[in-house]
Order: sequence, then structure tokens, then C-alpha cells
Amino acid sequence: MNELIKKLVEAYGPSGFEDGMRDLIRPEIEAYADEISVDALGNLIAVKKGSGGGLKVMIAAHMDEIGVMVTHITQDGFLRFTNIGGVLPHNLMGSRVQFANGVIGVISSDRLEDRSKIHPLTKFFIDVGASSPDDCPVGVGDAAGFIRPFLAQGKRLTAKAMDDRIGCVVAIETLKRLKTTPHDVYFAFTVQEEVGVRGAMTAANHLDPDVGIALDVTLTGDVPEARPMAISLGQGAAIKVKDSGMIAHAGLVRLMKQRAEAAQISYQLEVLDGGSTDARSMQIANGGTAAGCISIPCRYVHSQSETVDADDVESCIKLLVEILANPINL
Amino acid sequence: MNELLKNLTEAVGVSSNEKEVRLLIRDLIANYVDEWHVDALGNLLALKKGTGASPLRVLVDAHMDEVGLMITDIDSNGTLKFEGVGGFNDRTLLGKVVQVGPKKITGVIGARPVHLLEANQRNSVVKIDAMRIDIGAKNKDAASGKVKVGEFAAFVTEYEELGVTAVGKAFDDRAGCAALVELLRARPYPFDLYASFSVQEEVGLRGAEVAAYGINPDVALVLECTPAYDLPNENDVSSNVALGKGPSIYVMDRVTIQDPRLVGHITRTAVANGIPFQIRQPGGGGTNTAVIQRTRGGIPAATIAVPGRHAHTPTMIINLEDYANVIKLAEATLRSLTPDVIKRN
Ligand SMILES: [Zn+2]
Ligand SMILES: [Zn+2]
Repeated sequence: MNELIKKLVEAYGPSGFEDGMRDLIRPEIEAYADEISVDALGNLIAVKKGSGGGLKVMIAAHMDEIGVMVTHITQDGFLRFTNIGGVLPHNLMGSRVQFANGVIGVISSDRLEDRSKIHPLTKFFIDVGASSPDDCPVGVGDAAGFIRPFLAQGKRLTAKAMDDRIGCVVAIETLKRLKTTPHDVYFAFTVQEEVGVRGAMTAANHLDPDVGIALDVTLTGDVPEARPMAISLGQGAAIKVKDSGMIAHAGLVRLMKQRAEAAQISYQLEVLDGGSTDARSMQIANGGTAAGCISIPCRYVHSQSETVDADDVESCIKLLVEILANPINL
Repeated sequence: MNELLKNLTEAVGVSSNEKEVRLLIRDLIANYVDEWHVDALGNLLALKKGTGASPLRVLVDAHMDEVGLMITDIDSNGTLKFEGVGGFNDRTLLGKVVQVGPKKITGVIGARPVHLLEANQRNSVVKIDAMRIDIGAKNKDAASGKVKVGEFAAFVTEYEELGVTAVGKAFDDRAGCAALVELLRARPYPFDLYASFSVQEEVGLRGAEVAAYGINPDVALVLECTPAYDLPNENDVSSNVALGKGPSIYVMDRVTIQDPRLVGHITRTAVANGIPFQIRQPGGGGTNTAVIQRTRGGIPAATIAVPGRHAHTPTMIINLEDYANVIKLAEATLRSLTPDVIKRN
């Protein structure tokens, strides 16, 4: 599975520019899906038909990652840029980014007068080795993603874009392992989550599922001086109860807990202070959807060293398979 | 003199009160469309049937509303308290002439004269809630006879052309409306073209959301007037867009990532037709594309805009060549739009 994770996390796919991600994921799922389609916004949707008597279930994992977009090229050939999604200035110094055409740039910032402060994004720039706008190989409006090699150290897996390629991996593995299900399951690999859960919104409007489950990373409270949060790496799949954009369907939370306990899958309950997931979009689509989220605990979210635990990933896959393989009574 | 721009910008239509503009546009397009109707929110929706060559259903949107003011109270001295409808920088309001209510009563947004200001007041901005509109009424009763609380006030700026530039109010987005009128007056397109002259954009993209839901097109194009900030600047920074450099094409703003396939189609069309264009600096702002794109199962959408200086003030300036090129580019984009442009493997 590390091979698949490596392939997905190292790929380029800032929000709005997920074409390459789709091309990577499609061959992984083709043999296991009954139907595959791409919708108007670019969501990749794989259907696994049920044996009958079940519900219409949508699983959402987002393909996009945070990134940057060029806003200005200086006379000296440096690029000013804006954020695509939640880019944190203090994670930027010395970062490398890559554009769709393969050009790689290094990020630095204007001179820092006061080292105890961090510049706003507007004072950072990208150096692609150009010396003027004329010899600059990229232009205003071009998007770039961060680059960083995948690292597996024991159970700990570190990479950029673990958010949410690891959710995509959970979805792909679940589809592979799910032998039979009573439900019609729609695996949606969504676009534009990081800029406001946009892809899942149109996908859910279109699919109109009975139940929606998002697969995404969540923060942890297990590092020095962390904001208190009862989620730790290695303690199992996180069953979301609430985040700042959604209160999970109580019946679905109950069902997730029951399935985890029955199958002896380790889990933890998640209450997230900031942020939300595709589950929010699914919940309020059309006339409403019973929505919840299985989260993969992740340290250093929105940095280029997002870190998850392989056992947690396994727990998430097992839990999702258990849920989908059995009847869902809400 | 461009009569279309003159008539459209001089008409009054503060968000939710677009009737005057709607009636004007209805009469301008009635002979060139096959059907039109007004929906529940007040959007003017028109259909121009295609030649039948293409199965696409294409929506082009431009918003009719403009930013303005709403009267919220009348003071005992007969001056009018007000709030902004749409986004304003308070400092652009003082001393401006407005037309109040359906009777278009002239008023002036009052300011304390510079002679009477304390030193510290000269350096601070007067907040909108400290301003009043003076309609020359001597007391509350006299004012109440002319104006009701809840009525709107709009700026008063006569349209004028200064060579290649035009001065007026509400180019945002009557320039887009005018361009859309011109598109409807052209010969039929290969596909059915739906036009939405939408309401309430300036207060949160509200009209276009229901227009797009109702029409449910395959593709959408939004025509806007985007703020140009291209005045002299010492630092090495670019203007978001500049006057005279051609239609501005959106890639990403605060609320939308435009469909890359459409952005590619538009820029290729511009190059093929020798039409100048500029990529609008990605970052802030937002257009009706945001809500149209996310309607129902999703609609590929993009924005082409006329650059306009001093947006959301009583007086804007556009370049008439930019405006003409927006029409040219939008028309060429539509005529070469095939299902292949938005096809996915
Ligand atoms: Zn995520
Ligand atoms: Zn506008």
C-alpha cells in the first residue's frame, strides 16, 4: 500500500487542477468498479453496485491539495503569489513548489526586519531561476503544488498532500476489499475541497445519496504544547462527531462505533475545533443527507510533512469496509 | 456616443430594486430573442434559439444591479440616515450627489466642511453611520413627505466619453449588460443561448444562483466589470488589471477557480482572433461564476470582464476599446464553443 500512497502524495493536484490526479486514480479502481464517470466540475465517481435492499451511499475523498498561484512577476523575474487553500506562511520558507509544466521554484521572503514576526503571504516570492518577466517559464495565473518525497519510517508515513490523498487511498483500498455490499456505493474522488468543499457539493447534488461519508485527515492533540484534542496518532480511526462546519448524523456515528466495536477495530471519537470536510457539503445537499466522516489522524496538517500512522489508515479501511458490507439502519 | 452604455449606466437599479434597468433591457432585447420572462427574484431571463448545429445549452450572465444606499431613518432636522447596499469604502461617499427614492429626489451626502474640522478629524475617516443625506428638507415632517424609510438612493453621474475612455456610474455591471445585449442582437449561435440579466449580485451573488438553477445550462459565461487598480505605483507590483490592455480573463478569485478548460478556450480564441487580453491577477473578488459553477451537479463556468477604474464609487472609468473587445471575445468564444471544449475523458 505504501507504493500507492507514494504515488498519490507525490503527484501534482492543487485545487482546480486535479486532472493528473484523476488519471492516476482511475487505473487503480477500474477493475473494481461497475461504472466510472467524471462530472462537470471534475469529480471522479466510481460506482459499486449493491446486491439489493441497501441504501445509496456516497463516499467522498478529495483529490486536491493546497498550493499557490502566481499573481505577479517582478522586473527581476521573481514570482509573487497567492494561496490556493489554507497555506500557512510559517511553513513556506525554503519550500519547493512545482508547476504543471514541471518548472520547480524555491520559496523565500522579503528581508525580515523583526525575526519574531512572520511576513504575510504577499511578502513571499518564488524563485524559478528567471531574471526577468521575459525569460520566466511560468505566468500570472499558473498554479503550483508543493513537492517533497514520501517518507515511511516504521509505522509513520510523512508526505505533503497526505491531506487528502490518504483519504483517497482509504477509498481505493475499501473498493478493492469490498467483496459484496447491499448498497449502491458511489466513491467520489472530489475536487476543490481545500477552497471550500466545492466539488463534493455538486457531486452530492447530482448523486443525491441517502448516506454520505467523507474520508479526510483530522488534527491531533498529541504533540508538544498542542491545542487540547483527544486524538492521537496510532490510536485508531477517528469517528467524527463534530467539526466547525458540521455535526455528524448521530445515528451514523452510533453505527460507526458499533461496527468498530463488533469487528474490534480501534477507534477514537473526534471533535474538531477548526475546519470541515466534504461531509458538510453532502449533509446540506438537496433535501439533506445523513452525513458523517471517518478521519485519519494527521500531524502537521497543511505543512509539507503531514504525518499519519499506517495502523490508523488500516483501521479506517477496515471500518469503512465493515460499514459498507453490512446493512445501514439509521 | 454609445447610447446603449449611456442609457444603461444612467438608469437606476440598486440591488433588489432593478426594475427600471430590467424594463430598459427588456425593450432592448425583445426583438432579438425568442422568449423572455422574469423569474421570482426579478432576473430577466431570455432565450435566443440556436441554429440547431450544437446540442449545448449555454448561459451568459451579467448583473443588472449596482451598489447604492438605503434610507434607514430620518433625523429631526430632516436629513436622512442611510446604510450601504453592497460594498463601499466609506471615504468615497462624502460630498457626492445622490438620487433618492422612486421620485429621484436630489440629495447630497453631507460632510462637515474642512474649515470646521479639528486637526485630528482631518486625518480620520468619517464612518457611514455618521453621514447624512441632505435633501433640503427643513425638518422631519418635510422630509417624510418626500422620502420613506426603506427607499433606495443611487449615485448621479452623467455618462460622458473622453476620447477612448468613458466616465459614468455603474459600469459594474451595466458594461456587462450592454455587452450581453449586443451578443443577443448578433446572428443566432450554433446552440440555444440563454441570457440572464441577474439581480442582487452586489449583495451576495443571489440572483444568478436561482437563474442558473432554473436554466440548468451545460456551460456558463459571466460578463463583468472588474476593478482596475493601475494608477502609478512605486513598488514592483502589478495592477490587478489595467485599462486599455484588453478584456480581463479570470483564473481564480476569492470564491472561484474558473474552469481551466474554458479559460484555455477563451485565451486561445483571443490569440486566434488577434484580440488583446490580460489575465486578471488571481486573489480577491468574486463574480456570479461562483454560484453558477456550483449549481445542481456543477456547471463549467468562466468570466470575461471589462476593466473599470474606481469600482464601487459614484464614478467609474472604462476604456471603450476594452469594452468593444470584450464583446468581440465573448462572441468569438461562443461561436467556437463545442461540446469538445468541456468534454472529459
Ligand atoms: Zn482535507
Ligand atoms: Zn459586478
